[in-house]
Amino acid sequence: MRDGDSGRSHLLPLLAIGAIATACGIALGLLIDWFPTAASEESGPIDTLWDVLLIVSVPIFVLTQTFVLYSVWRFRMRPGEELEDGPPIHGNTRLEVIWTAIPAIILVALCSYAYVVLRDIETAEASEMKVRVVGEQFTWTFYYPGDGGKEVASNQLYLPTNTQVRFDVQSKDVLHDFWVPAFRLKIDAVPGITTRFRVKPDKAGVFPVVCAELCGLGHSVMRQSAHVVAPGVFDKWLADLRAKGRPGGEQPGGEEATGEEAGGAAPDGKALFTSVQPSCGSCHTLSDASSTGSIGPNLDETLKGKDAAYIQAGIEDPGAEVTKGFQDGIMPNNYGDTLQPEEIKALTDYLVEVATK
Amino acid sequence: MAARMRAPGLTRAGLFTLLGVLFAAVLVTLVRLGYGFSNPFDGADGWDEKFQNAVLTVGLIASPLFFLVGLGAFDYWFYWASGRPTRAEDHSSHGASSWKDYFRVNTDHKVIGIQYVCTSFFFMLIGGLLAMLVRAELAAPGSQFVDPNAYNGLFSVHASLMIFLFIIPVFAGLANYVLPLMIGAPDMAFPRLNALSFWMLPLGGIMMTASFLAPGGSFSTGWTAYAPLSTEVPIGQLFFTIGVQFAGASSIATALNFLVTIITMRAPGMSFWRMPLLVWANFSTSLLVVIATPFVAASQFFVLLDYALGFNFFEASKAGDVLMYQHVFWFYSHPAVYIMMLPGFGIVSEILSVKARKPIFGYRMMAFSLLAIVLLGFTVWAHHMFVSGMQSWIRIPMMVTTAIIAVPTGIKIFSWLATLWRGVLHVDTPMLFVLGFLTMFSLGGISGVMLAMVPLTIHVSDTYFIVAHIHYVLFGGSLFTIYAGVYFWFPKMTGRMYDETLGKLHFWLTFVGFNLTFGPMHLIGVQGMPRRVADYPEQFAGWNLFISLASFMLGLSTLIFVYNMVSSWRGGARADANPWRSLTLEWQVSSPPPVFNFDHVPTVVGGPYEYGVPGAVHGIFRPAGEEALPEAEPQAVPAGEPGREE
Repeated sequence: MRDGDSGRSHLLPLLAIGAIATACGIALGLLIDWFPTAASEESGPIDTLWDVLLIVSVPIFVLTQTFVLYSVWRFRMRPGEELEDGPPIHGNTRLEVIWTAIPAIILVALCSYAYVVLRDIETAEASEMKVRVVGEQFTWTFYYPGDGGKEVASNQLYLPTNTQVRFDVQSKDVLHDFWVPAFRLKIDAVPGITTRFRVKPDKAGVFPVVCAELCGLGHSVMRQSAHVVAPGVFDKWLADLRAKGRPGGEQPGGEEATGEEAGGAAPDGKALFTSVQPSCGSCHTLSDASSTGSIGPNLDETLKGKDAAYIQAGIEDPGAEVTKGFQDGIMPNNYGDTLQPEEIKALTDYLVEVATK
Repeated sequence: MAARMRAPGLTRAGLFTLLGVLFAAVLVTLVRLGYGFSNPFDGADGWDEKFQNAVLTVGLIASPLFFLVGLGAFDYWFYWASGRPTRAEDHSSHGASSWKDYFRVNTDHKVIGIQYVCTSFFFMLIGGLLAMLVRAELAAPGSQFVDPNAYNGLFSVHASLMIFLFIIPVFAGLANYVLPLMIGAPDMAFPRLNALSFWMLPLGGIMMTASFLAPGGSFSTGWTAYAPLSTEVPIGQLFFTIGVQFAGASSIATALNFLVTIITMRAPGMSFWRMPLLVWANFSTSLLVVIATPFVAASQFFVLLDYALGFNFFEASKAGDVLMYQHVFWFYSHPAVYIMMLPGFGIVSEILSVKARKPIFGYRMMAFSLLAIVLLGFTVWAHHMFVSGMQSWIRIPMMVTTAIIAVPTGIKIFSWLATLWRGVLHVDTPMLFVLGFLTMFSLGGISGVMLAMVPLTIHVSDTYFIVAHIHYVLFGGSLFTIYAGVYFWFPKMTGRMYDETLGKLHFWLTFVGFNLTFGPMHLIGVQGMPRRVADYPEQFAGWNLFISLASFMLGLSTLIFVYNMVSSWRGGARADANPWRSLTLEWQVSSPPPVFNFDHVPTVVGGPYEYGVPGAVHGIFRPAGEEALPEAEPQAVPAGEPGREE
């Protein structure tokens, strides 16, 4: 056994090194830009919770690691100690009580704090706007309240700033997950039940909508955009949507078609091919549109020799005839609802032109 | 040749497997005829797809069972049931004299242990290769090497192999080898069951790996196989659904075996409070396995019935309940995390005590905290479902229990740290992996506490933050302890020493490669990259390329390990009986141990970790020729804990 080594002499250097390392660790943790843009009132408390968790966790991690490294440095076997043993310390009741109790207290405190945050971000306000979100392989459709109790559908998510929105989330086929990272909130879309969360967007902009639950082949392309706009712009957009009775879809050529009607020009089929949501090109290969998707059939090959009726049927009701080697139910069957008839015609004409010959 | 076909063994097993396929085809044809379905050969392509899938489904269940019959796993019971003379196990087949012996049914726990370890490392290498392909695809946004279906298959098979064919069974294998030796037993309690448990394992593994050959590709719904997606995808899904049944049955049988062995076969004098902590850890793990594993079996049976026979358990439009799948699945799969971690805790305790030359700090609290984890482990499953849409109130109690389970885990970490304090640390390869474990597992535990906090999890669930967390727990945690254990017991299992330089090189490359690979995943997860995607937005491209390059380094470091193990086993220096100067019983016999472990039954007279206590011994061996022990135990070290500093 080593002697002349009471252990207490090590405490001071250990604590000093630990304190410096902890300070560096916390500084580093807080300096890193962890989160994406925050665009909702709920983001604030959640981001603060993260900072608090970092400030509590980093010292625990850094101190234990300092202890390990210090022990390796000071207590490593030196030449000549090959047959030595350490002191036979079997335990210390006081220490064991301390390191049971203190973590328990910290954890209960953190849970209480997290509970308060949860209550805070999930409180319903007196007036809220409802949006029904329906997921299917591999797209989201958003239903807004329309005239006379009827809903109007859109494949675009528009939200006004500073209004609480309640999303009622549903699924037509398998599990999906409706996630807007900028809002910090998500919920699964579960077949058979309606799940929901509330959010109050507080920053205008375009933010990704992501499916976060594995839903099949096109899971990674099940991405759309949330457009957060000023209430006036939103009201005009919603009024236009209601007036049309069906949604306008993405206006060709314009990512930012916030509310303005694109004149009377006929839609451009090639632009539609890449701009509808989800875009045709994310799943289909088509050399003219330089798309390389491989989830669905390669249109350069499968459309050879086909006519316009076949293509239009394929867009509106993809399950009617499924190309060999591919599964039914993979392609969204809501294009017939969310696209205007003239848009479907434009797409069909475009495909007839570039792919059937 | 004919005699070889009739004798139990791999040849007969192969023949029987074909018989199993034939049986499936005949059964399906007869049933279909009975129900008046069309002739299977009338399909549009000359082959009815439904007929083909039905034969595949029944074949997946039947042919492994036929294989086991052919292998001779049930011969004893068949002889017994038919009234013919049974062949009592005379243990004449024990031991292995050449590598070929590892390919036969053997009831020797030491042979089975090595079979387990080698088989699971084989599947670990396959799983690792799949991970490399995943990282190759993710190195840049867009689609490069594989299409989305193949990609979903890669990560699904990777996770399933690593969990069900590597981490869980490799711990069972290591314990199979050392646990009977540690408690002074000649073998496991049920040697034939032990052999059966092992042989079910490669069946599950081959099934999962072979799923890539299935029509429509391999199973692609993740290792979680969430319904209803898993009831709608191509037939490859059933290679998981049924493969898990075999891996699970193997796991349950081994756990029962461990429990009975530990309870009934301890050497005289080995009370529960004198058991090494590895034995405690496997006792706790086996409790978890026996209680929880039937739930994953059930969840997969539900999927099988939905898939093959249209039972509509998870079909919402037919009154099915989608969330039920997740509850049943996680009721196993959360405890499974502890099934994959507690044996590692045991390994760490063994190695740390020997390598620090000190008793384990707070032995009893170490054992109690294992039991506390077993108990609490059953109360936290729904923390995997915080965003699943379940009743929102369940989130609060699950958050609290999830946070509280960090207390017993913390007790273990702090006690290990205290064991280091003022020891004489032998920092060789096993110890390096243990120290690496202490670092990485602490990080995984801390991100686990963060994930308990519901508001944060609402944002980060299903992102790369989760991928980072699970790899810090299962790679930085479990796999580091597995490496430590394999290096530590390598001399005992093979009678050879491994190459220390290569071992240290392996550790440093793994440690650095691991952190470079999985550390940045925390960041891209919080920033919004979802997991299980083949393609991702441009903003994550830089980090993903970095992660992929680091992961290739991590993959290459594994080859050093494989080379070290193979070359050292073939031509390493001969190992002493007790190269680490350990006190536990397995080191008191030769390396490798005699066929029946102990020439004389040992008597345990003290705790297992009395390093630094002058003259302390754990077990004594009855001298040859002396039949009776003196009544009073010689120089017994009191069972209490004499050195406690109050």
